[in-house]
Amino acid sequence: MSAASSATARVRIQAQDFDLSAEVAALRCGHAGIGAVCSFIGTVRDRHAATQGVAAVEPVLAMELEHYPGMTEKAIEAMIDEALQRFDIFDVRVIHRIGLLQPMDQIVLVAVASKHRGESFAACEFLMDYLKTQAPFWKKEQTQKGAHWVDARVADDVALARWGISVSNL
Amino acid sequence: MKVEIRYFASIREAVGVAAESVETKADTLAALRDELIALDAPHARALARGRALRMALNQVMCRESVSLQEGAEVAFFPPVTGG
Repeated sequence: MSAASSATARVRIQAQDFDLSAEVAALRCGHAGIGAVCSFIGTVRDRHAATQGVAAVEPVLAMELEHYPGMTEKAIEAMIDEALQRFDIFDVRVIHRIGLLQPMDQIVLVAVASKHRGESFAACEFLMDYLKTQAPFWKKEQTQKGAHWVDARVADDVALARWGISVSNL
Repeated sequence: MKVEIRYFASIREAVGVAAESVETKADTLAALRDELIALDAPHARALARGRALRMALNQVMCRESVSLQEGAEVAFFPPVTGG
């Protein structure tokens, strides 16, 4: 992929890290009508959420992210199309990392550009809620006691339902 | 007919393969799941009824009741946990 097509692609699934400033600059490039950019970054925590089968809090040493090549990109593209229908926004970037990540690493970026802040705040949250339960990614945490797949959370289904979308992930 | 099947994450580990091509008489994903469950113990465990399982037909999330077509790409995977 060339640098130019990489900078303009709405969705990127990649092993390498990303730079927020560079991504926002590319999103804003040449759009003088943009008055607001809202971005969200998800990062790897050093402890896992309390889940069934995992008793005490065990430090997370690393996290492995698996995805469904082809479908993941298509699913997120469809979510962006939906966001463009629902909100008065100009453009969106979504980057999601895969492979082996360490605590404190960046995992995901959603950045939305709009005229005014309200629409980009809302669209950014909508996209993250959607991505959490409908984009095919799976996290596996490694601890000193071994590796385990992260459980999906009911709270994430509830978050998506706020937008009038009830497609259960569980 | 022939369909291509993909497995991901914990389901992939339970089945023991990431992908397989199968000859099937199933007309829906539910019927295909039943056929696979009857294959052997790893498939039975991975695709067991009652286990949290999501599926996709030709790379779009779908329900079990959806119809299968020749050459379809079917995927079975656990609830997603990205973001």
